[in-house]
Amino acid sequence: MDKLIKNTGINKLIALIVTFVIVQVLISTNIINDYIFSTLVTICINIILAASLNLITGFTGQFSLGHAGFMSIGAYTCAIITLRYSTVWGFVGGLVAGAVFAAMVGFLVGLPTLRLKGDYLAIATLGMAEIIKILFRNVLDDLTNGAAGLRGIPQFINWAWLFLFTAGSVLLISNFINSSHGRACISIREDEIASEAMGVNSTKYKVTAFVTGAFFAGIAGAIYASYFYYLKPDYFAFKKSIDILVIVVLGGMGSISGSVIAAILLALISTYLQAFPELNMVINGALFVIIMIFRPQGIMGSKELSLSLIKKWTGQFGRKNGGAA
Amino acid sequence: MEQFLQQVINGISLGSIYALIALGYTMVYGIIKLINFAHGDVYMIGAYVGYFCMTSFKLGFFPSLLISMLVCAILGVTIEKIAYKPLRNATRIAVLITAIGVSLFIEYGTMFFVKPDPRSYPPLTGLMTRSFRIGNIVFSAQQILIISITVVLMVLLQFIVKKTRIGKAMRAVSLDRDAAQLMGISVDKTISFTFLIGSALAGAAGILVGIYYNSINPLMGMMPGLKAFVAAVFGGIGIIPGAMIGGYFIGLVEVMVAGYGNSMFRDAVVFAILIIILIVKPSGLLGKETREKV
Repeated sequence: MDKLIKNTGINKLIALIVTFVIVQVLISTNIINDYIFSTLVTICINIILAASLNLITGFTGQFSLGHAGFMSIGAYTCAIITLRYSTVWGFVGGLVAGAVFAAMVGFLVGLPTLRLKGDYLAIATLGMAEIIKILFRNVLDDLTNGAAGLRGIPQFINWAWLFLFTAGSVLLISNFINSSHGRACISIREDEIASEAMGVNSTKYKVTAFVTGAFFAGIAGAIYASYFYYLKPDYFAFKKSIDILVIVVLGGMGSISGSVIAAILLALISTYLQAFPELNMVINGALFVIIMIFRPQGIMGSKELSLSLIKKWTGQFGRKNGGAA
Repeated sequence: MEQFLQQVINGISLGSIYALIALGYTMVYGIIKLINFAHGDVYMIGAYVGYFCMTSFKLGFFPSLLISMLVCAILGVTIEKIAYKPLRNATRIAVLITAIGVSLFIEYGTMFFVKPDPRSYPPLTGLMTRSFRIGNIVFSAQQILIISITVVLMVLLQFIVKKTRIGKAMRAVSLDRDAAQLMGISVDKTISFTFLIGSALAGAAGILVGIYYNSINPLMGMMPGLKAFVAAVFGGIGIIPGAMIGGYFIGLVEVMVAGYGNSMFRDAVVFAILIIILIVKPSGLLGKETREKV
């Protein structure tokens, strides 16, 4: 736990506080109205989802197509608990319960399926997410109200909670990646057999990454339930998992800051194209193909956005300009 | 017993459709090791081409079948040339993501043009509306049509793969691509041909699904596509007879679950089969275990 906090660094802390205060001021002066705030919530949820999927797919190299399944577990758990206990503590308890429950399911699913590799794993996780969806729709329907969905979930998400959970999730995930556990995960992505030969327990780390990813997907789902106060099983279909994957691939598999940038970028595009949802998906599809052909590493590759990287870019830019003059 | 036999007939006709789609998955996987997610959407396009042939152009069933097979074949080859060929040497995950991209592009592109609402398929006419009885078991002409078209296409496929020059090339490329190239086989042409055949089968399946369910929509490719994929994995992906067995098995299971259990659970059961197969014997029913070389 010490390491998780120590790595943060004072610069990041200042940047986070400044972001928080600026947005808070904008909200209280009503420059960020309800409409913009709902886009902001979507962006934050997508950031958590993409960062957690990136841990599984980008860093550990385990291709998962079932992330929406974990999100739905978090969402439904939190919704059902806050509908019973409609207080802030009910919400926090529901969120934690949702995340823990998603992590537990992640463990149960991950332990057998992570023996599979590449595309087989992708298909198995896809099947898992479909089964979870059908469970919520047809089996647990006295709890979840079946296909009609749950309505009137009390809304507790405000900017403070949203910021706390988003920044917290991203920081914890990136600190996990920078720890020795994270390096073990990355070594599995690079070459599983070689890393096993070096003494890395690959099953343990694959399951750890999977469970951690599921935990944060559960948090994202709980935030979704608590802000949009309406849940239905079909929202968490295959397409949702794909949406999350688009963000990870566009941002760069193996770059948390890439996921953040891509989540913001895609939310802006989809807000802009809100009147044409089909066109939005067509663009997403075309983006996949174009990125894979021309820039398979995504926007950031496996680099992280940092001050030194920005300096390097601006330095190159300056030199180019200097050369021209 | 009679009810059971009736369910078997229903299961076989649904299963033949899955088998047709599964063949496309399995052939493409066998030759370039790619789960072609766009395959389900190619068959959706086949259903729409058939629909427009039969309604707008007032063509009969068989001309429509041929046209939609042709259009799908062209579409399949185009997809391969544009999206997959530049990635011949990329990682498998990269190609898989591209396939998902192509799938989204086709689904929502179609939705943009034909609108998302489901359309009801034109009913068959004449002889094909009749049904036959043996004892208390009813065969509709529609089911006989579906089963016989599937069998004809499968025999044709077996003939192409086993007896022709290009079929030999396909088997050679799927066994060892580099060695095939050294023997003077044009690998690119062979891969294109595989996509052509697989997509033509999907086109036929599209029309048959339209007849079977009476309703088509732009997202119809997703679920049967995934189930056909489960069928291909069940039989052993990359193995042509495996895909046929898998298709019939999944069709039968689905009809039995809907008939004797709860129709809500048929999708869940299919995916549960997938996960069990992947865990117990990932190489599938007819597949051979392969060891990974270091």
